[in-house]
Amino acid sequence: MADFLIEIGLEEVPARMLASAEAELAKRVVDLLTRERLLANEFGAESFSTPRRLAVLVRGVLAHQADAEEELLGPPVKAAYKDGVPTSAAEAFARKAGVSVAELRSVTNTKGEYLAATAKRAGRSVADVIAAELPKEIAGIYWAKNMYWRAGKPERFVRPVQWLLALLDGNVVPVEFGGIVSANVTYGHRVLNGNSPIVIAEPDTYAAALLLAKVMPQVQMRKQHIRKPLDRATRQAEGALWREDHELVDKVTHMTEWPSVILGSFENEFLKLPEEVLVTVMRDHQNYFAVEDADGRLAPYFLAVLNTEPDERATSIIRHGNERVLRARFNDARFFYDFDQRLMLNDRVELLEKVTFQKQLGSYAAKTDRVRAVAAKLGAAAGADLQVLDEAARLCKTDLTTELVKEFTELQGVVGGLYARAQGHGEGVAQAIYAHYQPVGMDDAVPSTREGLLLSIADKADTIAGMFGLGLQPTGSKDPFALRRAANGIVKMLAESDLAITLSAIATAASGDDAELCSGVRAFLAERLEWYLREVQGGAYDVVKAVMCATPDDVRDALARVRAVEAARHSADFAAIIAGFKRMKNLVDQARAKGEVFAPGTHLDLLTEPAECALAEESGRRAAWVEGHRKDSDYAGALATIAELRPFIDAFFEQTMVMVPEQQLRAARLGLLQRVLTDFSRIADFSVIVVTG
Amino acid sequence: MSAVAESAVAPHLSAQAMTFQDILFALQRFWAAQGCVLQQPYDIEVGAGTMSPDTFLRVLGPKPARIAYAQPSRRPADGRYGENPNRLYKHTQFQVILKPPPANIQELYLQSLQAIGIRLADHDIKFEEDNWEWPVGGAWGVGWQVMMDGQEITQFTYFQQCGGLELDPISGEITYGLERLTQFLQDVDSIYEMVWAREPDTGKVTTYGEIRLPEEQQLSAYSFDYADVARLWDHLNGYEAECLALLNHFPAAMESESKVDTQRFPVLAAYELALKCSHLFNILDARGAISVTERVGVMARIRTLIVGVAKAYAAQGLRVSALEAEGEAQLG
Repeated sequence: MADFLIEIGLEEVPARMLASAEAELAKRVVDLLTRERLLANEFGAESFSTPRRLAVLVRGVLAHQADAEEELLGPPVKAAYKDGVPTSAAEAFARKAGVSVAELRSVTNTKGEYLAATAKRAGRSVADVIAAELPKEIAGIYWAKNMYWRAGKPERFVRPVQWLLALLDGNVVPVEFGGIVSANVTYGHRVLNGNSPIVIAEPDTYAAALLLAKVMPQVQMRKQHIRKPLDRATRQAEGALWREDHELVDKVTHMTEWPSVILGSFENEFLKLPEEVLVTVMRDHQNYFAVEDADGRLAPYFLAVLNTEPDERATSIIRHGNERVLRARFNDARFFYDFDQRLMLNDRVELLEKVTFQKQLGSYAAKTDRVRAVAAKLGAAAGADLQVLDEAARLCKTDLTTELVKEFTELQGVVGGLYARAQGHGEGVAQAIYAHYQPVGMDDAVPSTREGLLLSIADKADTIAGMFGLGLQPTGSKDPFALRRAANGIVKMLAESDLAITLSAIATAASGDDAELCSGVRAFLAERLEWYLREVQGGAYDVVKAVMCATPDDVRDALARVRAVEAARHSADFAAIIAGFKRMKNLVDQARAKGEVFAPGTHLDLLTEPAECALAEESGRRAAWVEGHRKDSDYAGALATIAELRPFIDAFFEQTMVMVPEQQLRAARLGLLQRVLTDFSRIADFSVIVVTG
Repeated sequence: MSAVAESAVAPHLSAQAMTFQDILFALQRFWAAQGCVLQQPYDIEVGAGTMSPDTFLRVLGPKPARIAYAQPSRRPADGRYGENPNRLYKHTQFQVILKPPPANIQELYLQSLQAIGIRLADHDIKFEEDNWEWPVGGAWGVGWQVMMDGQEITQFTYFQQCGGLELDPISGEITYGLERLTQFLQDVDSIYEMVWAREPDTGKVTTYGEIRLPEEQQLSAYSFDYADVARLWDHLNGYEAECLALLNHFPAAMESESKVDTQRFPVLAAYELALKCSHLFNILDARGAISVTERVGVMARIRTLIVGVAKAYAAQGLRVSALEAEGEAQLG
């Protein structure tokens, strides 16, 4: 058994793409070797990545595929022998199979008697397989954005390939990609190790050799070598803590090969700027960690993660440089902040006339008017402070006219909220404005106040209805106005709050009198609810579909139904109920397709068989109970009540023939089934649930 | 909380740091040694070195090119009347185009930093993803912003498309922000304090402010306060009409069998007219004369011109080659 190592040397790969690419390369190499029967049972794979390399080391690789046997069918026996002597056809077949004529057998199949042979296929060596197949796997790696670099554009990849290292134990395996042929050489840190090639004797020594060349190829190790120095550097300032930020730790880990950390400081006077602004500059623009004091207040320090190991002199230069950059950026921010204070939010309302929201939908002033109206309609039903809500709606877009938001667009809403607080609009108004773009994604928090939630819903619903009104619905993968994200946000807010608002109410409030628009918006929200139940809440595909068939309008209720059906579906009775409902639905659908006329629960007096009478009576009784449970949102109780129908449904199908010749009796029986389906499909359409063994 | 000891003044050789013009000399010398033709700045207003025909048009088509030049770049909306220490109406880019890019282009770039006195071991240098796009020019590429000690000092781009045309071969573009770079190396807080030149004999210094401050003050004032909006629109419309007239005439002109006539068709003039429109648009924008609604429409008009020129330029190149080949065939 051997070790196999492949390293792809690259120009700096974007940090955001590294983790998934590392995992994908490892999976592709392991899958390839598995598919080609080249892995021992006890194999191990370890993957590596830095901005300049992706690598995977697989242990337990077989040198050779096992030889395989293949059964071949040859010519008919009667053509293969003439007077007991093999003909040229027999000899040719033997040659093809790689056996002697004497080893040929005869087999009889439906067409007659034929020659057969067992051919031995020699397994390929692992080096042959890798040379032939690995380049295709490398080419198949997914990149969010890739590029051409060679003339003639033979391949696209994230960045140009600089070198390939491919070793099977001590030997180079020839792999060619991007015009580069593999060797046994890698390169260390650009600056700390320079351009001298590093020869890797065998795969096992790879990581250690890179460490000597000032590259930590393991992501986890780099992460530790960032976290610990972050702690250590922060200790230079008494009582200080760096602000935990997993995303930023990941990002800087993927931006470095040999990380180190410096603590820098800035002038106290900048702390007068809003913390959100300071943190945005540090975190989003400079990749710095913020530092706080023992009370959690922002302290005048920052931490920068470097991709080098500076000596004392370099540390001082680098700290000084970073401090200068940050000071210039903070100065800019302060300039904008001070400039903004010349005009109050109240006075900015009219400026919104000049800011276009969308060509046909008019300015942000027009949008503000619409959002106020939608918020008022929703707020009345949802028990909000209508005055606070309306004031927040009136001012929520005014920060778009501020210099600070023009400079830091990601702070829209936040800046408005901060300015509203400073200008005495009250905490409720400030908080609602502050959070009204939330949730930005499914991982983002929803606004924490009722008015914030309603403002966010009203704003998003207005955007959706406005775009739908212009026929600008999302299509396929195209969603230029991020309407899906807006609708997903609405669904998430309803799921995670106690707002008693239905999707219909939102669609109606946002669509005015336009019934067609309203139903389009309603359907879109329902589609996003289905997505949310499945993708965010992890609901099973068929269960979610079943619940959606029962036209849910209340998000939290739909979620409760999904949970209840998922909990119940695996009981034996319930599986039988599902089968029974499917059968009923098929019968009813087929009959209707044939032109049968029947109505739910009519002519029940024509029913005579004991089983059908029992089903009619029992289902009627239970329908009332189920409805009671449903009204109390006791879906577990409702489903248990339905499950107890099982013996009645089973008996009905055992003892009753539905499609009898007498038209009226047929209609009565179909009508009974239709009634059962209708009565018991208000929680979920059980007939679409998949029954698994 | 005890304060961290104030960072000592960086042990830069700031007193002896290269002057603004020395840095330009050094970069020119470095890239000339790599086989670049040194071009002079383009003499029409542009917003970036990319818009000079030496980049925008040369990256089109199959012909290899290595060229470098400084390009004063005007961004009227960034003007601050000379009062902001970090922002300019007009800054200077040093632009390098390597078509096709050599495999060691990043290495060359790092060497160029050494050529302007940067000791790589003294700094934290990162290539951070930053993809470049100029929608009006139908152009985009992937690449990095090069960060040194937290400061962006260079934009590094592998051009993929230009004028709406796919590129083959692609070009590598390196754009140094000369003011930022110099400010950083000289460790001065204001651009205007930068040393532009130092007299060799006396050591007398000329600052960036002495050379450029009036221009910043007056051109900011012009584009923010004085520019006559109606007249600027007239100019824009006039240049646009002239450019369109040429572009409309282009297809007929390309039917000529004369190589000379084909070569003489003024696509390059059409490009200059399109650049004029782009600059006028930028002044109008700074003047606050373009509403958000209008903005998209005017940008689309300019895109039509610029992309139209790029397509014509490429087509003209092909046509001339075809006529040359025909000519040679007849001679043969």
